[in-house]
Formats: sequence, C-alpha cells, structure tokens
Amino acid sequence: MSLVTVQLGQCGNQIGGQLFNTVVEDAYGKGGLGCTKKENTLYQDAVLERFFNTEEPSGETRVSCSQQALPTARAVMVDMEPKVIQQTIQESKKSGKWRYCEKAQFCQKRGSGNNWAHGYGHHGPKARDAVMDIVQREVEKCDRFGGFLSLMSLAGGTGSGVGAYLTECLREEYPHSFLVNQIVWPYGTGEVIVQNFNAALTLSHLYQSADAIIVFENDNLHKICSQLLSIKNISFQDINSVISQELASVLQPAASGDCSRTNSPGELLERLVPDPQYKLLNVRTIPHTSERALAFSSFTWPGLLKHLRQMLIANAGMEEGVDWQVKVHSRDRRLSSADFISSLANVLFLRGKHCESTDISPFSDPRLYSSWVPRDAACSVFRQQRPFHHYEKYASLLSNSQAPVGPLDSLVGKAWNMFASRAYVHQYLKYGIAEEDFLDSFATLEQVISNYSNL
Amino acid sequence: MTQSIVVQVGQCGNQIGCRFWDLALREHASTNKSGTFDEPLSSFFRNVDARYSEPLDIPVGRGRDKICNLKARAVLVDMEEGVVSEILKGPLGDVFDHRQLITDVSGCGNNWAVGHMMYGSMYREQISEAIRRTAEMCDCLQCFFTLHSMGGGTGSGVGTFILNLLEEEYPEVYRFTTAVYPSAEDDVITSPYNSVLAMHQLTEHADCVLPIENQSLVDIFNMVNQAASKTSKISSTSKVKGGSTVTSDTGGIKGQEKPFDKMNNIVANLLLNLTSSSRFEGALNVDLNEITMNLVPFPKLHYLVSSLSPLYHLADVSLPLRKLDQMFSDAFTKEYQLISADPRHSLYLACALMVRGNVAVSDIRRNIDRLKPSLQFIHWNQEGWKTGLCSVPPVGQPYSLLALANNSCIRHTFTNLRDRFHKLYKRKAHLHHYTNVDGMEAAQFSQALESLTGLVKEYEQLEGTMGRVHEGAPRLQVAS
Ligand SMILES: Nc1nc2c(ncn2[C@@H]2O[C@H](COP(=O)(O)OP(=O)(O)OP(=O)(O)O)[C@@H](O)[C@H]2O)c(=O)[nH]1
Ligand SMILES: Nc1nc2c(ncn2[C@@H]2O[C@H](COP(=O)(O)OP(=O)(O)OP(=O)(O)O)[C@@H](O)[C@H]2O)c(=O)[nH]1
Ligand SMILES: [Mg+2]
Ligand SMILES: [Mg+2]
Repeated sequence: MSLVTVQLGQCGNQIGGQLFNTVVEDAYGKGGLGCTKKENTLYQDAVLERFFNTEEPSGETRVSCSQQALPTARAVMVDMEPKVIQQTIQESKKSGKWRYCEKAQFCQKRGSGNNWAHGYGHHGPKARDAVMDIVQREVEKCDRFGGFLSLMSLAGGTGSGVGAYLTECLREEYPHSFLVNQIVWPYGTGEVIVQNFNAALTLSHLYQSADAIIVFENDNLHKICSQLLSIKNISFQDINSVISQELASVLQPAASGDCSRTNSPGELLERLVPDPQYKLLNVRTIPHTSERALAFSSFTWPGLLKHLRQMLIANAGMEEGVDWQVKVHSRDRRLSSADFISSLANVLFLRGKHCESTDISPFSDPRLYSSWVPRDAACSVFRQQRPFHHYEKYASLLSNSQAPVGPLDSLVGKAWNMFASRAYVHQYLKYGIAEEDFLDSFATLEQVISNYSNL
Repeated sequence: MTQSIVVQVGQCGNQIGCRFWDLALREHASTNKSGTFDEPLSSFFRNVDARYSEPLDIPVGRGRDKICNLKARAVLVDMEEGVVSEILKGPLGDVFDHRQLITDVSGCGNNWAVGHMMYGSMYREQISEAIRRTAEMCDCLQCFFTLHSMGGGTGSGVGTFILNLLEEEYPEVYRFTTAVYPSAEDDVITSPYNSVLAMHQLTEHADCVLPIENQSLVDIFNMVNQAASKTSKISSTSKVKGGSTVTSDTGGIKGQEKPFDKMNNIVANLLLNLTSSSRFEGALNVDLNEITMNLVPFPKLHYLVSSLSPLYHLADVSLPLRKLDQMFSDAFTKEYQLISADPRHSLYLACALMVRGNVAVSDIRRNIDRLKPSLQFIHWNQEGWKTGLCSVPPVGQPYSLLALANNSCIRHTFTNLRDRFHKLYKRKAHLHHYTNVDGMEAAQFSQALESLTGLVKEYEQLEGTMGRVHEGAPRLQVAS
C-alpha cells in the first residue's frame, strides 16, 4: 500500500521533509534491534512501499554508476514561492537515504501573502493542471495506491487557500480515493493576524472535500518541546520532528488485531469516520522522551495505556500535567457535559515488545463513547511488534473526539468578531471572495461545533 | 523570487535612495561571498553586461554567473539637476542606468501644484517610459517603493503624481511609500499645504505608507551619540560599534558625509529590514504582500508607525538574553519611533515584528507574552501580531528588530499637520501660487482637508473603543 503526500506551502513542505526523514530513520534505526532480522526486513520493505518509490523511472537514465539510486519520496511539493521548496530539497540531500523526485515540484514566484482568497481564487486555479499532472504521475507509480496525505497550515495563504482548492480538485479527479489532510493549527497568539479568517475558510472547505482532517496544534507541540523534551530555543524543526513522529506512529506499518488488515487510510477512515459530519481527528502519543532520558525510564504497557486513556478523557495534549481528577461516569449520571471528552471512535497503535498481549479494554469502555456508537465499532487496535525508533514501547491514539471543539470554538469566535467589524474583509473581496462566502463558512463551522458538542 | 523597484523623487527622496543603495550593496556584499549574481541580489539589482551600448541583462543563473555590473532597479526623478548629478558623480554613479533619470532645471519651488499638475503632465510620458523599461526587466515585479518628502514641491507633487500613474499602469503591483513629514519648525513655509495635498493622494492610492519625521531622526541620532560618549567614559573597552543603524563605516562608501546622511541611513535601514525577509531565507518568511494583508484592516488606514532596534549595540556583546529582550522592549518606546508618537498609550490595530538574525521562535513568543499586557489592542484583534524571522542579520549585528504598528497614535501627527495647514489656509496665504497653476483648483484644498479630517476621525473613533468592555458579536445560530 502506498501513500502520496502533497506538501503545501511553507509549513506543509517543512513538515513533509521531516516526515520522510522520520520514517526512514525509524525504518533503518535502532528499532530493528528489537525484532528478528526477517521481521525488520519486512517492516523496511513495507515502509518503502508506503512512502517511497524505489523503481528506476523508465525514461530516466542514471547519471553515473557511483550515484546509488536512492528511494524517491512519493511526494508532490507545492508552494507559491520558490525559497521553501529549494531549502527543503537541500535539507533532504543531507540524509543521504532518500530524495525528492526532480519533477514533482510546483512553485510560482510570489506567495499568497497570507491571503486565503489569493491562494484559493487566484493561485489555485492557475496551479491546477500542472499539479494534477504531477499528482497523476505519482499515483501511477504506486502498485497499490492507498490515498492522499496533504500537509498544510491553516494560517497562511498558500497551504490554506491553495491547499483547500487542490483538495477539491483531488476529490473531483479521484472521487473514490481517500483524502486525509494534516493541518497545523496556528499559535493562539499568532504569527499571522488574519489567521482566524484563513483557518475558518480552510476548515469549512476541507470539511466538504476531505475524508478526515488530522489536527496538530502548534501551542501544544511547543509545550511538548519545552516541557517534555527540554528544548531551550524551540525551532520549527523541533516542532516538526514531534509532528512527524506522532504522524509516523500512526502511518508506519502495523496490523489489525486479527492480523488481517494493515493500517491503510481506508481501514483507518472506516473505523474513525463512521459519519461524514464528524471528521476532525487528533493524535496523542506516549512517551515523548529524548533518547538520553529514555535510558533511565522503563514503561509497562498497562502504565502507558492508563496514562493515554487519562490524556484522552482529560483532553491533555501530553503526558505531563494530566488532570487525574477527570473521571468518566455512565451516561445517566453525567452532570455536565464539560467534565470529560467524549469520543466517537478511537484507534490505538501499539508498537514494541509484547504489544500483542496487551489488554486494551480501558479503551473499549462504552462510557467513553457517544451513546449511538455501536459497542464493537468504537475502539480498534493496530499492532507492530517491531519497536518504533528508540522506544521499547510506544502507544498512540488516533481519535475522533470532542477534543478539537474548544480550539475550534475559540477560533470561530475570534474570526466572527473580526468579521462583525468587517476588518480585513476588503482584502479577501479583492480576490473574488464575497461576504456570503464568509457567512457560509461560519455556518458550516458552527454546525460542526454544535454536532461535536452534542456527542 | 520577486523584484521591487525604487522610485526616488525630489531632493529628499534621492538622498535617502542614495543611502539605501549604498547600504543594500554593503549588505549583499557581506552575505554574498561568492560574487555570483544570486536571487537575493536580483530583488533590487540587475546584472548587466555593460560592454554593449544597450547593456544586456544577465538573468540569475544557478549560482554560476559572476556579478558583472550591478544596476539598481531604480528610477530617479527630480525637477532640478543638482542632487541627481551629484549622485552620478559620486561613488554610486555607476549603479544607476542613465536612462532611468528624469530631471529638469528649475525645481518645483516647494509647490505641490507645480509638481503634481505642471511637471506631472509635462513628464508623464518620460516617467512612464522609464518605469516601463525598469519593470520589463523584472521577472516578477512585486512592489514599487516611492521615496520622497511631503514638504518639498517635487517630492510631494511629482511623487504622488507617479503614485497615481503606477496605480493606473500596474494595478497588481504593491505601492509602498516612505514619506518624510515636515517637522514643526520646517524651513519650507508651504510644507503644510504640500503635505496635506500629498496625503490626500497617499490615502487614496498607496497600499502602505511609512511616515518618517525628521525631528525623530534627529532625536534618535542624538540619543545614539550620547550613549556613545557615555559608555566611552565608563569603560574604554566598550564603544558604539561601527555598523550600527546610524553609522555605516563598515564597508559603506567613504567620503564626505552630507548633513542628512546619518538621518537617511536610518530610513535606508528601515527599507532594508522591511525587505530582508523577502530577499533572504528564514524560518518564517514575510513577503511584502503579507505586510499589507496583516497590517491594513481598512483600506485607508494604511499608515504604519515604524521603529528599529537596536539602534546601536555595544562592542562588548556576549549576547546575554537580557539584551535580546531589551531589543523588543525598546522597539515599543517613544524614543525609538521614526515619527514622534507613543504607540504604548494609544490603540493598536495591528503590529508586526520583523526579526533578523540569530533569534528563535520561542524568543519572539516569550517577548510577545511579556509585552502584551502593557499594550492595548482593538477588541476584534486582541492577538494582532504578525511575526517574521529572517536568518540573515544586518551587517555587523547579531540580530535586529523592525516593529511596524498600525496604531491610532499616528493621528497626532496628522492633527498637528492639519493645524499648521489651517494657520495658512485661513489667511489664504500663498494660495494663489497654487491656484495659478494650470489644472489646480481651489476645491482641491478643501477636498484634501476633508480627506485628512476623515482619516483622523476614523482613528479617533477606533481609539474611542479603547478601554471599553466588549462582548463578542452574537454568534450565528445553527440547528442542533
Ligand atoms: N508546525 C509548524 N508550523 C509552521 C511551520 N511553518 C509555518 N508554520 C505555521 O504556519 C502558519 C503560516 O503559514 P505558512 O505555511 O508559513 O504559509 P504558506 O502556506 O506558505 O502561505 P503564504 O506564505 O501566505 O503564501 C503559521 O501558523 C505558522 O505557525 C513549520 O515548519 N512547522
Ligand atoms: N530626512 C531627510 N529629509 C530631507 C532631505 N532633504 C530634504 N529633506 C526634507 O524635505 C523637505 C524639503 O523637500 P525636498 O525634498 O528638499 O524638496 P523637493 O522634493 O526637491 O522639491 P522642490 O525642491 O520644491 O522641487 C524638508 O522637510 C526637508 O527637511 C534628506 O536628505 N533627508
Ligand atoms: Mg509561504
Ligand atoms: Mg528640490
């Protein structure tokens, strides 16, 4: 099974570069010591198939024999300015283990200037044909195409605007393929002033075209870097490493409980998005520890899962500082809806030693789920005995839950306030977005908030 | 990569421009060690093969093509010859293509109407042609920077005439204006007229205006000098290091400094820092189009208060953290603003922090958190921060900060100007010098005044919301 990754805008491209590094590092790193050689080879082959193309392209002749053919990432790089793509390619060369395909880039000369409408209304349509050609070439290179993974931020103009537009194009041209969008939620105090407008417009559009939206919040990632990884001067590279690790932990090869299925987008979506009105996902993982600190810690599966479950119900972004007072209680005795996070579905990923015998019943507790969710559909598990990176045991939880409602509600509230004063709106009207388009977006998102709140 | 064109008009515009090109060359010389013509250089310069009488443009190659002959993407306009011909005779003379110069002999006599109406229509074709030629040599033209004074006749009159021309002929290209406002004791008597008439044009036709006041530049300059003499008394090892914002001894052009040069260096640095993130790489790029997008909530309110820090830094830098945080604090004080205004006591509509050099995202976050409680933001933009990180620092400094604020304090500059305008206008002083000019009508005075009053009122109204409690607008209701 193969994924085609679409890297959009500065954020999307920077994360993409890191993601490929992370999956390669995992495949060829220390994890291999924790399993048999054969298991490791199988794992590596599966990683390669998922993320890389190892075939020599027929038309391309090799430059010289000494230049070993490196696997090429199944990636399409899109930005409206050239600097970031150039730098990402430059960075990727340092790994020496993989590379980007030379013809999989699309860039223009000037960015979208943080203007969603500029991206969506101007750059997007102009980029469509060229990008769809590149996408098609990548898809054709896959023997078993499993779906698209688009990476983008919400706050800028390109990732968000062009990203929303191209996601619609993908939906049109690949109506039966799985579209998963990984999005970066902006910092609360922004780097982009119009970020709430851009984010609201993007989310409402993606809600119509993507199958699932995996949310990563910069504020939370920043906290993980400072509090758990003790990084002093946090850079986007540090944050992207965390995103990539969390994302890889759900995307790297793993098998379902009865070993009959692998964690392809199709399988995941079937379990996580039973109803298209609910498609906001997030990832929680445990542990986050630097390799050095890891040497002095030991974890048990029940311990990790107990923690992870509490992170879920108490809506904690990381394992430190989790509120242990939050308890689930059965539906009838529930006093207020605010006390714990209710889920629609959860998929658990367990990687490492003895994961096959781990009891996952804490996650199948029906009280965790909305009442209309069928008992046996709510929680599923994928396992991989080969350890992940340097972690002896690693657990991640991909959830469709109420967790994104808080940030979404606050984002929509701020955007709505700004819209009420009509500040900045003229900048969007210049590129063919009307006030009604804003209103439609707000209506869509208020509906999403309301749906999730009533879970 | 995009390109920008500088249009420098009148004495002030050309003198500032001259400092800008000098410092821009110095900056690129220090970052571009290989001597190849690269993308960052190409944003303000062309590389030409000057052996031909029609110099041939050499496009940016893949780091292969050596710099032959750099030509500024500039158009120089002055209605007298003196300033421009002096520039041509000076060390920068080679940087300007002689076909990009437009001069006359008599000047505009400090009269906006002479500049805007008379010389404007007289030179329209020539100006348009010079700009077209420069624009055609850009592969993706993003922005025009017009530089001029508001007080002089050529700067205010011809400068704003060109602005309108640009809007007509290049509607897609951004128009940024750096305008030097006259101080209270300006020697040009008619400068209030010129400024108000010019402002009417700027309000209608510019995308973004960076007002500068000469008095503020003088104050900054004195402050730096004082700090320099003070520290040299305290310790002989620390002194103001060359390469600060005011001085430019490292690598800059040697020779006689003119009286305005030191002040103009500050303005030149403003332009360099404003454009650094679109020229060089960084973890958080800010292209020029992002500046208007983030800082201009309503079309006419596009006047930005700017401040630069550090204005100087001491030679004994071991870069302790406090210094970096000090840079952020300084940028919000009255003393560091390039116009006399105090943003801390007025209302912010939006604020941009453009950082260069060795600074991390977390440094910016920490400082925003620290400074925010002391600043007032409008209720619908409580998180109105735009931030940028460019990895290339200014020459000779580890880091720098340019703060751009859309802040209601700017209205004080405008009301001062209006008051001075009134003093002349109620006596009808010098009016006939204007109305005698073909195409100039008395009504333009009242219209310009009305426009200015409207602008001030808009800022006042917004400032009136300061300190009040705001409930959020009632949200859209959906069926649940
Ligand atoms: N986690 C993470 N966030 C990033 C990164 N780069 C940018 N961001 C976030 O992305 C948002 C800005 O969007 P960008 O991706 O830079 O914008 P863009 O898509 O290139 O669009 P334009 O530049 O406006 O054309 C802000 O919220 C940043 O915090 C990154 O490498 N990692
Ligand atoms: N900062 C700065 N201000 C200057 C400079 N030269 C002139 N000024 C100011 O500009 C105003 C006078 O305008 P000028 O630019 O000299 O006039 P001009 O545009 O050439 O117009 P005319 O001479 O009337 O044709 C006054 O307020 C001066 O203080 C300069 O080099 N730097
Ligand atoms: Mg960008
Ligand atoms: Mg003059």
